[in-house]
Amino acid sequence: MNQSDPLKKARRKRRWKFTTLFIILIALYIWAFSGIEFRGIQETAWPVTKNIIHGFISPDLSFIYSPDGEDLIRGLLETLAIAVVGIMLSIIFAIPIGLWAAKNLSSTSLISQSGKGILSFFRTMPDIILALLFIKVVGPGAYAGMLALGIGAIGMLGKLYAEEVEAMDEGPVESIAAVGGNKLQQLAFGVIPQVLPGFISATLYRFEINMRSAATLGLIGAGGIGTPLIFAIQGRSWDRVGIIIIGIVIVVLIVDLISSALRKRIV
Amino acid sequence: MDTKLNGPVPSKPSRWSFYLFLIGIFIIVLISAIYIDANPFTFFRNSENMFDLIGSMFPPAWSYIATTTPAMLDTIRMALLGTTFGMILSIPIMFLCARNIFRIRWLVEASRIGLNILRTIPDLLLAAIFAAILGFSPIAGIVALSIFSIGIIAKLSFEAIENIDNGPLESMTAVGANKLQWIAFGVVPQILPHFVSYVLYTFEINIRAAAILGLVGAGGIGLYYDRALGFFAYDQVLALILYTLVVVILIDLISLKIREKLL
Repeated sequence: MNQSDPLKKARRKRRWKFTTLFIILIALYIWAFSGIEFRGIQETAWPVTKNIIHGFISPDLSFIYSPDGEDLIRGLLETLAIAVVGIMLSIIFAIPIGLWAAKNLSSTSLISQSGKGILSFFRTMPDIILALLFIKVVGPGAYAGMLALGIGAIGMLGKLYAEEVEAMDEGPVESIAAVGGNKLQQLAFGVIPQVLPGFISATLYRFEINMRSAATLGLIGAGGIGTPLIFAIQGRSWDRVGIIIIGIVIVVLIVDLISSALRKRIV
Repeated sequence: MDTKLNGPVPSKPSRWSFYLFLIGIFIIVLISAIYIDANPFTFFRNSENMFDLIGSMFPPAWSYIATTTPAMLDTIRMALLGTTFGMILSIPIMFLCARNIFRIRWLVEASRIGLNILRTIPDLLLAAIFAAILGFSPIAGIVALSIFSIGIIAKLSFEAIENIDNGPLESMTAVGANKLQWIAFGVVPQILPHFVSYVLYTFEINIRAAAILGLVGAGGIGLYYDRALGFFAYDQVLALILYTLVVVILIDLISLKIREKLL
């Protein structure tokens, strides 16, 4: 009996924990469900769904390419361009901030902590809100979308870079320091060669996210394929919505495939 | 000289391909920048616009926080319910996608392709479509987030399933367990902590997503972003941004604490 007592105690404690957790969850769901007012599905829901499905089955193929004005190919190219320039902008900012935020490169923790603070500030800003702000600065269009993506990705990319640097082997840096290399030489020949594959992999990963974001930026007027898409949705021309979404899916899949193949080769 | 004993010094590997690679990237970025008219001078010429904008954001309209609290609670509800439904729906899908559960090759590959296609569709896009189908209400947001969550939870979970320890499974097969028992007692206990952790992680993502879904009419705090921006009330916009920030950070902290305990 004496032996099983602590076991029993632990079991009882665990059961208590589970019961409280369960009650909290139930309360949470009651709160959540009671708050959502369900006014029934509107009558148009089914016809609209049917139209959407019809639009996907017989997409508006004439939208793929038209010699003048907006078409799918131009929209997708613009989306790709937004993602490419955006990632370049993020890299330029994220490398110095990432190195700054890395714990093992700074002499005091105050320096790396301040770098980390800047990164988490950038990370909490949603791309879409940034896009709305940049639209005010440079006007609606792809440029605003690119700036939003570029600035918005700094936080995540910088964090990934900093983690990569923190996980590296200190040996080469120490040996360069031992033979009299200065800080810059330590960075260039000790740190960079080690972390480069990780940096490239993180950048490619973020590029995949950028592609998806770039496709939605147009929904709020920041260029790319989202602009014709939101017009098509608002105009209920579902065959056009169909072809645009098919286009987005294909391009994002291709980018993902290339990127993951590259990442596998690098790491 | 004796140093030449081992023959000629091997020449340095050519760096040409590396330089070509860099030049190639530079050209791609340049062409892309020209394609979208990304002229840095435009930015600097209009940068006073930005400072005006930032100036008009201060002081934030704190009173707006009280006005928008019901919508913020709606946002949290949307994220919670969206994550929950997504979690439930992703359970069968993740087992279908794992190579070590179902040995029917074509079924597994087909599910994976389906999941990959699902994952390419951005959350805001799903919300825009479901807002058109279900009307401008949080319901549209919940449905959109549910589908969006499947992509994340199922993807992360099936990878976890494929990495499980085969020992318990083999011993269960040896004593004659059927497929359902096999999954319930061999697979589930191993992946449950990971699964819960991924669900919480998805919840964190969904809170951020739910906050902006209102921009396309799917309910939540995003509706107020739209309104405040439409009225050029930037002090309200800043109040909303800060409010969202605090809520997101709080939920992240709670979720992180739970996840740390789990793993």
